Order: sequence, then structure tokens, then C-alpha cells
Amino acid sequence: MKFIDEYRQSDIARKLAEEITRLTSRPLKIMEVCGGHTHTIFKYGIEDLLPPNITLIHGPGCPVCVIPLGRVDDAISIAVRPGVILTTFGDMMRVPGSKASLLQAKAAGADVRMVYSPLDALKIARQRPDREVVFLALGFETTAPSTAMTVLQATREGVANFSVFCNHIMIVPALKAMLDSPDLQLDGFLGPGHVSTAIGTRPYEFVPREYGKPLVVAGFEPLDVLQSVYMIVKQIVEGRVEVENQYARVIQRDGNPKALAAICEVFEPRDYFEWRGLGSIARSGMKLRSQYARHDAELKFAVPGLRIADPKACQCGEILKGVKRPWECKVFGTACTPETPIGSCMVSSEGACAAYYNFGRLSKIA
Amino acid sequence: MTSEFTSSPLFARVERARRRKPRVTDEFITLAHGSGGKAMHELIEGLFLDYLRNPLLEALEDQAVFEVAGGGPHRLAFTTDSYVVSPIFFPGGDIGRLAVAGTVNDLAMGGTRPLYLSAGFIIEEGFPIADLKRILASMRATAAEAGVQIVTGDTKVVERGGADKIFINTAGIGLIEHEARLSAAAARPGDQIILSGTMGDHGATIMIARGEFELETEVESDAAPLGSLVREMLEVGGEIRALRDPTRGGVATTLNEIALSSEVCLRINEASLPVREEVKGACEILGLDPLYLGNEGKLIAIVSAESAAPLVARMKEHPLGREARIIGEVIPDPPGIVVMQTAFGGTRIVDMLVGEQLPRIC
Repeated sequence: MKFIDEYRQSDIARKLAEEITRLTSRPLKIMEVCGGHTHTIFKYGIEDLLPPNITLIHGPGCPVCVIPLGRVDDAISIAVRPGVILTTFGDMMRVPGSKASLLQAKAAGADVRMVYSPLDALKIARQRPDREVVFLALGFETTAPSTAMTVLQATREGVANFSVFCNHIMIVPALKAMLDSPDLQLDGFLGPGHVSTAIGTRPYEFVPREYGKPLVVAGFEPLDVLQSVYMIVKQIVEGRVEVENQYARVIQRDGNPKALAAICEVFEPRDYFEWRGLGSIARSGMKLRSQYARHDAELKFAVPGLRIADPKACQCGEILKGVKRPWECKVFGTACTPETPIGSCMVSSEGACAAYYNFGRLSKIA
Repeated sequence: MTSEFTSSPLFARVERARRRKPRVTDEFITLAHGSGGKAMHELIEGLFLDYLRNPLLEALEDQAVFEVAGGGPHRLAFTTDSYVVSPIFFPGGDIGRLAVAGTVNDLAMGGTRPLYLSAGFIIEEGFPIADLKRILASMRATAAEAGVQIVTGDTKVVERGGADKIFINTAGIGLIEHEARLSAAAARPGDQIILSGTMGDHGATIMIARGEFELETEVESDAAPLGSLVREMLEVGGEIRALRDPTRGGVATTLNEIALSSEVCLRINEASLPVREEVKGACEILGLDPLYLGNEGKLIAIVSAESAAPLVARMKEHPLGREARIIGEVIPDPPGIVVMQTAFGGTRIVDMLVGEQLPRIC
């Protein structure tokens, strides 16, 4: 397929891999921040091509994986109210709350529907003025612009029965929190591609400046990922530390000003937002600004807002920070599997544990 | 690599968990229980089989095969399937064509000559008679194509909302006129894996026909009765160990079933997997994997190494097997697992479908 096959050619991959092997003289730990990269790495077996002294650590950039139990419970508390239609992305349906997942709540009678875009949720709200339609919004700056645009449209059209249960998060505070974590030892980062289409590459410049680590913003095709690893290794070998943009066919340094303007118009930072496994991170979550309060599901419905500790057996936190590898978790593949997940890393196809379970058991453990 | 893998403690731990007796822990049926993936297997093995167990059911093949007193050397095969596809009309077929072809195929996968079908209709109040006529004409045409007769039936009408438009159940009976015992448990190391054509045409068609994405493509469902293709394959006379039609859960799920039943590893080669460009494109946009998309007119054959080439050659002469090819082979280790050489040069596990990729595709 044109524009896709070009980025999946195995002969170029082999050459790149040889070049990486030639350059790498000491063990290197590189974190891919974004779950999309984790998925690509496993789907194409990229680790098989890399030399053994390069370890890829799978970071916290899977938005489904970092949703805490309490927020799932809050969403279910909204969904079970009479008259409510709760809409969300497919991946979110199976994320376990403290008692149930949205899929189980749906089977027990709640009206939970899967949508592909917040605009689909707004459409349902227009069609069903007799019901309260809530969109469970989640994701980084990647998906926040489309939620923002939908809220703006709902406001313009005066769709009063549409609201958003906002779980949008920001990538830079998460990166900072990771870098400040004392047990973290990394040599470089693959920067997230999709988020950067919105925010650009400029916000990452503190990573080399303040923490002395190279960061390469990477695309999602397998050759993108390999080339980005090559660029990081090259920086290290040449003694450079900077932000580079491998995904220049899509990303500009200043991002997408329209998308950023929509985010700023509709959202403001929360003082704190809890991340599954990582705990509370200051100014890392978004909420609706007060002028859009009529579309804010947290104000429209009283949500319990309880903080619920992660299950004891679950080590999602250590895995998200790259301190532990998925198979070092005691419940990996036994009590915690994609069909009966305990931790959220096992739910989404972008989660590190699910990726290992589905794709990686064979090659990585050997 | 594989031996290092199988000797690692993690492998043993995960595999033990994977083979645990399936248990149904849910309080309610969720859509995942109907997806053809793991949850459905748990439901079948952990609940249906537990309550209704008998030696014929236990085999968990697509059809039950039994001898009839005075029946001579021939055996009978019996199967049933229900059809709830939405939308009921789609490019390349409709619920009526599926209801006939699907049950014929379940029989054919046992090497059976399909003979007679029953048809039960559950119809929602208010359903247009014109649509019913269209469905019946399609059933008549597909039955003629497959050489079967619909000889008994039933109709129920439920109040509006009691069903969605129309659901059809068909059961089928057929004759096994040869000695070969086809079974998903019969694959052995050295065997070759044949796929009769492109993956995912039906699943992609239904997804697009629902109109939720405003995508337009040329892709059509592959719904077709496979009885005559199977008959020609049996005539070639090679060693066919197993035949399966990769419907819900797609090629990936069917291969996993064979790997688990036969206690072997199936190794497939991504570069040899046929997928239409339109289906590939839709999958890229929607984030789906053609390996997990349902098919309604394709079969997977596990055959001995010597039989593979003559079988593929014969299949290619049949209109439903034009794109038949060898997609991989059976190796001993690690047992119960499907692995894929990626076109990119790596290796990965191809697991069963988890969760529902697409509800109500057939």
C-alpha cells in the first residue's frame, strides 16, 4: 500500500539495524514514552533486530493504562444513573475499576456505548434530547483537541444534554515526573509522535537542557522507530544531547497552533491528577474551564471522586516507570491476562504488559 | 530460540495459566462472550460443555460425527449455527446467504457432503415482507449453489424490540463417504498450512457497511458455500489432517484452536498472508488486524508436506480457491502456540482474539 509499505521495508530495516549494532559499544536503555511505539515494536518484532545491549523500556504514554481505579468507578457511577448514555473509546471499556469494568456495567444494564470520536457522542446527544449523553474523554494532547472542538460545537449549538467526563492528561508533566524519579536510569527517549503533532517539539527541549538526555520524536511505522533509535545512538556516540525530530513529515517545532488554541480555550490544568501506578502529579491533568461548566459531567453529576489504591499484586507503576519488566510482575500472564486484567497495562493493546503477553512472550524471554 | 523460550520459568508459568480449565467468572453475559475469542471459549468449555457434556459434544469440532445403525460404512455429520448479522444486507451477501453458506461450511469442514438444512426464523414485529422475500430468494439461490435442500423450518414473531429485525438459525445434516477423520487435533510437525484466499473480506465489509465511519471502498463479503471446494480437495486424495473455516476471530483464532488441540506450534509467514488492498487500507484506518477479521468463504487446511503442492494446485482451479497458498508449517515447539515471521524480519506470537473486535458479524 502506497505511503505505508515504504516505511515497512525489511531490507532497509536490516541495514539500519546493522548500523545501530556497529555504533553501540555499551549497554543503552532507551524509553519509548508512547504506547503507540510499544505496539509497533512488538507488532513488527523490532527488538529482534536490535543488538542485545540495547534495551527498550516501555513508558507511561498509554492513556488507558494510566487511568486510576477511582476514575473508572466514577465513570460507572455516572453510567448507571437513569437516563444517562455514557460514551467512550473501545479500549476504555475493559479497564477494570475497583468492582467492575464499563463492559460489565453495560452487561448489567447501564447504557454504555463505544464511539470513535467525541463528535459521535455529540451526534447521539442531538438525536436523543431526552437523555443525558456523557463522553468519557481521555488521552494526551493527541485527543484533547477533538474533545475541545466538540465542547465548543456543543456550546455553539446549545446541546444542553451533552457533557464530558474529562480525563485528559499532559505529556510534559509526566515526563518531568519520570525524570525526577530517583530509580530511573535511562540513556535517552523516543518522544511521542502523535502528541507532538499538537504540541510540537519545543516543549521537550528541557529534557536535554535540564536532564542531559537525548530525545528523538518518532513516527509510528517500524522504520520510523528503528531510525529514531539510530538517531539516539548516534547522538550518544557523537556526544550530542538534543531534541531531534524524526517525524518531520508530520510534526513541526511549534506544533499545531489551532489545536493548541482549542485546548487552551476549553481546558485548564487541574492542581493534581492521579496517574495509575505513578501517583498524583501536579498540573498534569486537564479540566473544563468554568465558562464550559454546563458541559462538565463532574459538575453535572455528583461523582464520588474516591481515591482507590491500586491492587497490591499489581506492579503497573514500576512497569510504567521502566523499573520492572512486565514478566517480573508476580501476576503477569497468570492472574493478570488480557481477558482478566488486574492492571491497566494488560488492557490496552498499547500497554506494555498486553504487548508482551500478546506478541512478546516468544522473543523477549529467551 | 524456541528451546530457550520453552525452558524459561516464565513460559511454564504463563502456559500453565493459559491451559487452566476455563471458568466463567462473570456475573452477566457480555458482548465478548459472543466474539469467537477467548471469552467465548470459556463460555463453551466452562459452562455449556460442563452442563451438557457427552463424548460427541466433547470433541468441540464444527460438527458432530456419528454412525447410524445399518448405515453401512458412511457416517453422519450434524451441525447448527445462528445468524444475527447487522446490517442484514451488505455488499456480497445478506443474512440469508450467510445462514445457508455458514452451516454448509461447518459440515464441509468435516469432509461431509451436506444434504439437508433446517431454517428457524425469529422476526421482529414490523419487519418488511419485501425484505423477507429478498432473504428467502437469496437462501434459495445459495442452497442450489451448495447442492442442499432446506427441508424443515420454524417461524416466531416477537414484539417490536424483542429482536433486531430478523435472526435466523439453521441446522444441517450431511454424509461422510470416506475414511479420513478430519480433526483440529490431527496436525503434526512437518505438515503445511494452506489458506484458500484473502483474509478479512467479510469482517471489513460488515464494519464498513454499518456506515459508522463514512468510509467507501469496493470490498465485498466472501460469503460462499465451500462444499464443492472441499469435495475437490478430497478427490486429490492426499493426507488432509484438518479443515476449518476461519469465521469469527479470524485466521489467528482458528490457527490457535488447531495449535492447542493438536499440541503443536503453527508457524506462519506474514509475507505470504493474502489480504486485499482495500481491506488492508480499512484496517490501517480503523486499527484492526486482518488476522482477526472474520471470513465466511475461506478455509484453512492442515495437510501433509507431500500433499500440499497438489492440493494447492487443485484449489487454484476452483473459483473459491484461486488465491490458495501455503501460509506456514507445523513445528513441534512450543506447543499450543502460533508464531509469525513478520515481513519486517522479526518474530512474534499471534494469540487468540481477546474482547470483541466486532460484534454481530454473522
